[in-house]
Amino acid sequence: IESLICEPSLYTVKAILILDNDGDRLFAKVRFPFELEQKAFEKNIFNKTHRTDSEIALLEGLTVVYKSSIDLYFYVIGSSYENELMLMAVLNCLFDSLSQMLSTQAGGLHESSSRQAWATQKNVEKRALLENMEGLFLAVDEIVDGGVILESDPQQVVHRVALRGEDVPLTEQTVSQVLQSAKEQIKWSLLR
Amino acid sequence: MLKKFDKKDEESGGGSNPFQHLEKSAVLQEARVFNETPINPRKCAHILTKILYLINQGEHLGTTEATEAFFAMTKLFQSNDPTLRRMCYLTIKEMSCIAEDVIIVTSSLTKDMTGKEDNYRGPAVRALCQITDSTMLQAIERYMKQAIVDKVPSVSSSALVSSLHLLKCSFDVVKRWVNEAQEAASNDNIMVQYHALGLLYHVRKNDRLAVNKMISKVTRHGLKSPFAYCMMIRVASKQLEEEDGSRDSPLFDFIESCLRNKHEMVVYEAASAIVNLPGCSAKELAPAVSGHWAFFQPASHVYVAMKHPSAVTACNLDLENLVTDSNRSIATLAITTLLKTGSESSIDRLMKQISSFMSEISDEFQGTCYPQDTHGPQGKDALCQKYPRKHAVLMNFLFTMLREEGGFEYKRAIVDCIISIIEENSESKETGLSHLCEFIEDCEFTVLATRILHLLGQEGPKTTNPSKYIRFIYNRVVLEHEEVRAGAVSALAKFGAQNEEMLPSILVLLKRCVMDDDNEVRDRATFYLNVLEQKQKALNAGYILNGLTVSIPGLERALQQYTLEPSEKPFDLKSVPLATAPMAEQRTESTPITAVKQPEKVAATRQEIFQEQLAAVPEFRGLGPLFKSSPEPVALTESETEYVIRCTKHTFTNHMVFQFDCTNTLNDQTLENVTVQMEPTEAYEVLCYVPARSLPYNQPGTCYTLVALPKEDPTAVACTFSCMMKFTVKDCDPTTGETDDEGYEDEYVLEDLEVTVADHIQKVMKLNFEAAWDEVGDEFEKEETFTLSTIKTLEEAVGNIVKFLGMHPCERSDKSLLPYIPVLLSSLLGVFRGGHDILVRSRLLLLDTVTMQVTARSLEELPVDIILASVG
Repeated sequence: IESLICEPSLYTVKAILILDNDGDRLFAKVRFPFELEQKAFEKNIFNKTHRTDSEIALLEGLTVVYKSSIDLYFYVIGSSYENELMLMAVLNCLFDSLSQMLSTQAGGLHESSSRQAWATQKNVEKRALLENMEGLFLAVDEIVDGGVILESDPQQVVHRVALRGEDVPLTEQTVSQVLQSAKEQIKWSLLR
Repeated sequence: MLKKFDKKDEESGGGSNPFQHLEKSAVLQEARVFNETPINPRKCAHILTKILYLINQGEHLGTTEATEAFFAMTKLFQSNDPTLRRMCYLTIKEMSCIAEDVIIVTSSLTKDMTGKEDNYRGPAVRALCQITDSTMLQAIERYMKQAIVDKVPSVSSSALVSSLHLLKCSFDVVKRWVNEAQEAASNDNIMVQYHALGLLYHVRKNDRLAVNKMISKVTRHGLKSPFAYCMMIRVASKQLEEEDGSRDSPLFDFIESCLRNKHEMVVYEAASAIVNLPGCSAKELAPAVSGHWAFFQPASHVYVAMKHPSAVTACNLDLENLVTDSNRSIATLAITTLLKTGSESSIDRLMKQISSFMSEISDEFQGTCYPQDTHGPQGKDALCQKYPRKHAVLMNFLFTMLREEGGFEYKRAIVDCIISIIEENSESKETGLSHLCEFIEDCEFTVLATRILHLLGQEGPKTTNPSKYIRFIYNRVVLEHEEVRAGAVSALAKFGAQNEEMLPSILVLLKRCVMDDDNEVRDRATFYLNVLEQKQKALNAGYILNGLTVSIPGLERALQQYTLEPSEKPFDLKSVPLATAPMAEQRTESTPITAVKQPEKVAATRQEIFQEQLAAVPEFRGLGPLFKSSPEPVALTESETEYVIRCTKHTFTNHMVFQFDCTNTLNDQTLENVTVQMEPTEAYEVLCYVPARSLPYNQPGTCYTLVALPKEDPTAVACTFSCMMKFTVKDCDPTTGETDDEGYEDEYVLEDLEVTVADHIQKVMKLNFEAAWDEVGDEFEKEETFTLSTIKTLEEAVGNIVKFLGMHPCERSDKSLLPYIPVLLSSLLGVFRGGHDILVRSRLLLLDTVTMQVTARSLEELPVDIILASVG
């Protein structure tokens, strides 16, 4: 603990990690240069946190805030002098965005928002997340850019990611949809 | 489409992770789909996801394969599917540093960035800036300026943050955008405001005036964004620190005003900033500290406690509540803080709380926060020195902790702690011992059990009622496995050796142990039994109460030597070098218990090294074993002079060798044939000089001087040598190192070297001074009384004697246990060169000056004479 007064900077987040309940990496957004060997650090962080139900830890000179959901562990990591509440804001934003996105996905487009409310959080689990990896990538991209907090409001994040709904198999498509896609195909073949 | 992938995975028996068994080559193969028309957005997006996932897992993409995939991906810009487009942006960003020629997407991105689709624009700006270098930046500068002031927050934010990233390589270009950034700073969107202020600060941070202006503007108008506030608080506190400033500064007022912000984040940041400001007073801290307590973030409040204990005292009550926090680290930190800041009266209460807390945490605790855990007991250790009257409470507390379930490290920390309390505080000895006795009744750790048995053997016989420990110890003999049994037998023997009335019963117990299954136990029992049956105090002292004082590696080597060269003479234990510096000597009050053992080992090896070095010099053959080397080399020159000489004294039975470590700090000279001439003031006789052949620049060399100890007057061991270095100087070229053939003689006067009594005496540690004293007997006892006029306290007097004689104070007898009694009886122990124990007992009486009566005993007359002669 030398100088506690840090260089003022927008670069708040050193890393965002998502691990599964075996401690394996599902997702990692790390701002380089990251001083520590990443795999070893993940192991360490997982061992130190996965059995406790608290939300903050100091590890290897870094501040870690974390949250678990069913079989997933979310971590947001900043330097030791970082404002924990700021990191918490990032963590909450990520988690809330994902839970909203995943519940819309599961519930389908036409679900009412009240349904979403109770479905929230239920769906943030490994399987659902893996089915929506692209959503995860896009959401993180909207929340943090190169270590700078870009957005902390989950509503905004979900809105900007604007994932499309459930895929509708061909057999269940309405006639107009089929026609539309047929039109497009014809257009493409003409263009060639 | 996603679903179909998953189904396939399930059918093929794959786990729940569809990405688990991805092959890089297979995925890149799939990327060919990008070239198909019409584009299947879902399939392509999924493939991009797979690529990103692989990169994310740390898979390394080669430049060629990355470039290939990248170019295939550029085709996907034809599709208007929003998700696919967004995935393209991400891929561009990820690949910008792997693939080549990424700038070919510039025009597509510029189009998206200025296009109608708002959801594309922000990410497009970010991706574009990622692939842009400083030369290309000029081309898009116009668009960037527009984007910064764009009314869509995500676009503006993206542009600002990207500008921040670009600052690193294109500071001069981005600098031109401050007007736009300034405009964005008054944007209503909280994130845009934050990013704009951040960018402005980064651009202006070398301009103190501009930064101050920024802060005062913020102070006047206020901000919407809590993030921006945090940022500005940091800026302000940095300015304050650099200003080294007074607390009247508007900067400080700004930070303080933030304590009343409605956002917790801001209050917390402000509180941290104030607390971390160097040298702030308790009054200034008060509001900040209470701000802190509102949220309790563990990291910071410990800092506070460490830095400003007094300021935290007011919050002790809050902290006590925190002890029961579910987060282990917070709870432990809270306890440590409390122990540091707490007052005597609160300790009872605190202990109660901690005990309840300890029971909740059990084993999980050790896994997660073991370091803090050991910290805990240590904190308490310090505590009992602080408040000796509370030791009973502490003892009870530690003992309850000891009974809980726990791992080895945990238990060891507690046992260490109890032992140190016993050592520090004689009143607590009996309670402590009986607690430990009960602990070993049910102790699964061999190391701890033997350690406690050893302690019992050492301390038990001196207590008022030693017989009560016998039962515990003998229980070990009956119930435990070999190692513990052996330890228990030794402990029993120690009781027998010191208590006449218990001897018969001890003998009975030992006789039973002779039947033991284990060799070691049987051997020990037989040995002790025979010694005890002699009923001679001297034997008891020599073989039971005090162990070997020689260094173990030294003994091993001597024995090996002895077996290699069979001779008629019996092996002489006195020829073995003694163990150096007993460990208790090096222990300071504050060192953690665990770190104590290290230095002893180093010291032992140091003497080993010297012995080997000296044995290599032919002149020193036949001097016998090395008795002692002085612990620290003495500098005979100032550290900044032309030549740096340091001397180590080696004492042999009848000789001394002075080792001079010389360094030549002149780069235009090489010294040859370096010797140190010595002129003794007493009857020492210089026998020979072993020169250092050559001493080039900055390469240390060693020369030796051998002297014989005085024969006629053997008591005159203390002596001063005047030293003079003689050498041949040869000039040399500092750059090439070539030396002239011709040299000239020169001399260099060194400081005088002192040989003291301490050089002839080696410290040893014996556990039982009383027994050793009786063992030696009073044949050569001498006694004298001195007055020490210059010394004002007893401890100082003893300290001086210890230092002067180089002997070891036994059983902590250098410390006065009862400070209000002006009498101190201290027992010192050493081994005189030649291997004879020398024991000194000094009684000190403090009136106006210190009066000291010294009694010395040894098996020979000479050491006693020397000691008394030197003290006088």
